[in-house]
Amino acid sequence: MPSALDCRGLEKRYGPTIALAGVDLKVEEGELVGLLGPNGAGKSTLVKIACGLVRASGGAATVQDAPAGSREARRRIGYLAELFRFPGWYSADELLELHQRLSGSTGGATERDELLDLVELTDARTRRVEQMSKGMQQRLGLAQALVGAPPLLLLDEPTSALDPVGRRTVRTLLEELRSRGTSVLLNSHLLSEVELVCDRVAILLHGRLVAEGSPSELARARGVEVETEEGTHVFEGASREDAPRLVAELVAAGRRVYGVRVLTSTLEDTYLEAVGGETS
Amino acid sequence: MIAVYGLREALRRKVFVVVLLLTLGFLGLYWLANHYVFRDVQNIAPPAGIDPRPFAGAFLFGLAMFATLFLGVVLAIFLTLGVVRGDAERGLLQPLVVRPVGRSTLLVARWLGAVAVCAPYVGGVYAAAMVITGLTGHWWPDRIVVPGLELAAGVAIVAALSLLGSVFLTATANGIAVFMIFGAGLVAGLLGSIGHALNSHTLEHASKVAAWAIPFEALYQDGLRQITADTTGITGFLLQLGPFGGAYTGGPLLRFWALAYLGLIGLVAVAGFARKDL
Repeated sequence: MPSALDCRGLEKRYGPTIALAGVDLKVEEGELVGLLGPNGAGKSTLVKIACGLVRASGGAATVQDAPAGSREARRRIGYLAELFRFPGWYSADELLELHQRLSGSTGGATERDELLDLVELTDARTRRVEQMSKGMQQRLGLAQALVGAPPLLLLDEPTSALDPVGRRTVRTLLEELRSRGTSVLLNSHLLSEVELVCDRVAILLHGRLVAEGSPSELARARGVEVETEEGTHVFEGASREDAPRLVAELVAAGRRVYGVRVLTSTLEDTYLEAVGGETS
Repeated sequence: MIAVYGLREALRRKVFVVVLLLTLGFLGLYWLANHYVFRDVQNIAPPAGIDPRPFAGAFLFGLAMFATLFLGVVLAIFLTLGVVRGDAERGLLQPLVVRPVGRSTLLVARWLGAVAVCAPYVGGVYAAAMVITGLTGHWWPDRIVVPGLELAAGVAIVAALSLLGSVFLTATANGIAVFMIFGAGLVAGLLGSIGHALNSHTLEHASKVAAWAIPFEALYQDGLRQITADTTGITGFLLQLGPFGGAYTGGPLLRFWALAYLGLIGLVAVAGFARKDL
């Protein structure tokens, strides 16, 4: 089974600026991968290469073995851009119909109904885009990306304009898509969101992949904190399995143990460590 | 589908309403001008050899043809000036480009959408002006269909140039550039008129080269010539000076060149768009 997305040594230069400096990244079938990194790290460039909006300067990207940007590859993707607009005069239903025709979807009205229901826009079916709030437009954008049930979804900051309820809707939607076997590459600044829904996380910095793994792998053990009558002491590098032994040793040494806490780094800690506090 | 998308966009945009209002204003004023000119033309004594009615009719209608071309060009430019870079900067283009529709198809379809609006518009204004002059002054052009088609073709070429510009330039820069090219065509035509009046072959040749380099101007000049194709003598000579550019026969070669020119523009635009990062 070919990977939904396979990037090998992906490079992109804009004149003297290097946006991507040889990125290897795979998104397997049914996998939800989060792409993290500060502004200018190359996240959007990677997503744009994957959907054929930008041409790579080096390396290769394939969508289910079809070269990224080719007609075959574009048949297999759904894309929601970070900054997008739809013509204001289209109604939600008309817009989805336009994209059904462009993508060759034969889903008809049934598919449109399902998609609008999925993003909770059923009541806004005939409402024009220009009469929708930013959040509604963002959800319509998601529905548009899902037209034709593409096996790979490329989402660039899909929740940036959503309120907490809207974000939860998107999270539920992503989980639903995963259960259907859809692969998703999610580019987001919201670490908590990525941590909650993604199977794997990749962190980009200066166009390079600096960390990759599941959220639990990245949120690794940081030590064990023990509170005694002498104060709090942190045993760095110790894991949960080391805790009973540490307590036993301290008690044997005549100390009184009042509390024990296993310290783990959050994804946020790992992220900040990986990017060195960089913001842009 | 994309052509229909472009057509809907064109019809929804305010520029179409503005151009329609301007057109109604123009046609109203044009009728007034015809009314007064033909009312007075019977009372004037022109120099020997000049037939006043064909002269007045052809000159007025030539003026209407220029106005038609100008209004058509305005419409074509405003409908196409931001199709690629402008729409990409606004985020309108990306959702369409990622679909399995080729970029070339997208570009050609947007051009067809613009032409589907502009060509009937130009044809309509041309026909309305002709009917106004015909009914008011009892003068009809020597050729009726071909000049209208040539005006529409000229506007289609401007739309293609504007689409080409939209691949490389921002919407504002592109609009300015295409209007400047249109202005260059106008100047070329006027220089040709001066050359014709002064019998300067060099000036006439330079004007012809310039008009063929931007063939919407050559098509306009050919159309202008067609409306008085059978008018001879001093009247015919004076009418060849034409309003806003001379009247010259381009012939079948011009029409072939205009088609080839469209093809060339299309190729460059498609190649540029295919390599463009969005």
